[in-house]
Amino acid sequence: MRKFSVKPLQAAAALALGSTMMLAHAGEVEVLHWWTSGGEAKAAKALAATMQAKGDTWKDFAVAGGGGDSAMTVLKSRVVSGNPPSAAQIKGPSLQDWAKEGVLANLDDVAKADNWDANLPKAIADGLKYKGHYIAAPVNVHRVNWLWVNPEVLKKANVKAPTTWAEFFTAAEAIKKAGLIPLAHGGQSWQDFTIFEDVALGVGGADFYKKALVQLDPATLKSAKMKEVLTTFKKVKDYTDKNAPGRDWNLATAMVIRGEAGMQLMGDWAKGEFIAAGKTPGKDFECVAAPGTAKAYTYNVDSFAMFQLKNEANIKAQKNLAGAIMSPAFQELFNLNKGSIPVRLNMNLDKFDSCAKQSSKDFVDTSKAGSLVPSIAHGMAVSSAAEGAIKDVVSQYWNSEKDTPEQVMDKLVSAAKAK
Amino acid sequence: MSQTPSTSPARPRIDWLPKLVVAPSFVLGFLFIYGLILWNAYFSVSASRLLPNYEFAGIEPYINLFASDRFQVASWNLAIFATLFIGGALALGLLLAVLLDQKIRQEGVLRTIYLYPMALSFIVTGTAWKWILNPGLGIEATVRGWGFESFQFDWLVDPDKAIYCVAIAGIWQSAGFVMALFLAGLRGIDDSIIKAAQVDGASLPRIYWRILIPSLRPVFFSTIMVLSHIAIKSFDLVMALTAGGPGFATDLPATYMYSMAFTRGQINLGAASATVMLAVVAAIVVPYLYSELRSTKR
Repeated sequence: MRKFSVKPLQAAAALALGSTMMLAHAGEVEVLHWWTSGGEAKAAKALAATMQAKGDTWKDFAVAGGGGDSAMTVLKSRVVSGNPPSAAQIKGPSLQDWAKEGVLANLDDVAKADNWDANLPKAIADGLKYKGHYIAAPVNVHRVNWLWVNPEVLKKANVKAPTTWAEFFTAAEAIKKAGLIPLAHGGQSWQDFTIFEDVALGVGGADFYKKALVQLDPATLKSAKMKEVLTTFKKVKDYTDKNAPGRDWNLATAMVIRGEAGMQLMGDWAKGEFIAAGKTPGKDFECVAAPGTAKAYTYNVDSFAMFQLKNEANIKAQKNLAGAIMSPAFQELFNLNKGSIPVRLNMNLDKFDSCAKQSSKDFVDTSKAGSLVPSIAHGMAVSSAAEGAIKDVVSQYWNSEKDTPEQVMDKLVSAAKAK
Repeated sequence: MSQTPSTSPARPRIDWLPKLVVAPSFVLGFLFIYGLILWNAYFSVSASRLLPNYEFAGIEPYINLFASDRFQVASWNLAIFATLFIGGALALGLLLAVLLDQKIRQEGVLRTIYLYPMALSFIVTGTAWKWILNPGLGIEATVRGWGFESFQFDWLVDPDKAIYCVAIAGIWQSAGFVMALFLAGLRGIDDSIIKAAQVDGASLPRIYWRILIPSLRPVFFSTIMVLSHIAIKSFDLVMALTAGGPGFATDLPATYMYSMAFTRGQINLGAASATVMLAVVAAIVVPYLYSELRSTKR
């Protein structure tokens, strides 16, 4: 019996000691994320180290798998049971959905102290606000409208990297004649939609894109321009291989790396695959804007939404976290690991590679020109219900031979109404 | 039971004891099966989107559900898949059982081989068949490698035929199990019936067709029950094999329900599809259950 009584005592002592230390400094942040592989995991560790340096405890709450689907399921059960984590990786219009449920915290004081309004492009900042208040801290920007090119393959086919869709088809035809796969693709609905987005932006332009795919305007969804987009989109499929259905994006990137395929339309996370394979940007592979979209930018911004907490110390730690995420030091460290670019403007980018520098320059330019548009494939533009319904229509059109562009446009209009 | 005369002194105790023993499981079953069914039914008419919401919203989710292309595809797929899967597994399982029943050598080894797929999870089956059926990796590539350049077997990537691939993988997994059930049934039949038929001059196929297989009716019943519930709840197989693709060509109601409720923030639509699934299953299975159980009692 005596033996047993020692343990609780020790525990109590440890607890007391711990709590006095906590009094000296802030509390605990529990962060839900799904950065569990490679560079992403390193990036998450960087954030944990930053927080621990400030004296806060980092409680890792990583839920891997399903591109965040599994994490969201866990998050829902935690929030419903009244025990939310401090922060969770939520982005795009989902932020608004969560804010509507009344569970997110207000970050205005943190944002004001660091002048977020001036350090973020307006298009991005607006997405992080609910009724004018900041509810989330942004981490990075991914550019989605990249075309990854293997120069060796293009040389074999005697073509150069395309800048318009017309040039794309000429180049693709030449690569096909050379006996290689023109476009590496993975047939999953978000990848199908990535191509669709690029075509819509390249053929229709930024204004058309915003009207049709962000505002979901029925007249634009069913227009001559949309018909042209759909026809072009379908034509792209002829230049992918038939084993594409179900293939993961990184396997498609590997086809470009190995020189089996010439090009891939994919966001800038593909760069990580090239670099992991020991390739150098500008020499072994090239990053060019997707055909016809050099003056536009499809963004995918990861952000952390902060939940309302009860414990004062933890609230303080949460605010520290929000501040740390937007700090230049963390933005640089994280994005070097993740392959994206800092969302914070006016940063020194010396350590970044040529693709990232290009991406950052275009990010600033397009935000001024108003051609900085959200990516639907990555849940940045419309509510998840409408996004899912539109993806279904586009993916079905890509995969089946039955529907005409007219029928697809009707389906798009009704899918856009999904709430 | 109530007709037994209550003369024994121990009678009152025996009366409440069984009820007490059964009560916890009854309460739990009631709460966690029927209670949750009702809860789900309420969600299907609520305003739930991202999170559960108890506000009443009417039958709008059902209207959206039946207007949804994807749900129609999923329902048709279930009909195709269930028919092929149950029919195929029954036919193949019965054939294997009849062949194994011929007092062959090494029966134990063969039986184990046939039964082994059952030991795998559907995820493993799905992944393995994904590779086998992939035109660039599996059968098509192999046969072409042998020199038959024009050989084509690309069902997995063809939106119109991909659902048959799901059925093939499902049949492969379950045929051995069905065989085991039928084999047990065949072994349970009295030898003297077969001998009598042989004396009457009936051929072996005829004995099977007219005497043995009809006497397996209870086995058919339980096998169909087991297979149909596997078919209806099929989720992991599709997820591993095609993830519902190409497009949503191989979606089943279960995968549809999951993606609506958990990834698209449309809990009410997901709940509505679950309710419809339950209603359809009840409409098909309950009459069958009823007729079979009544006829066996008779």
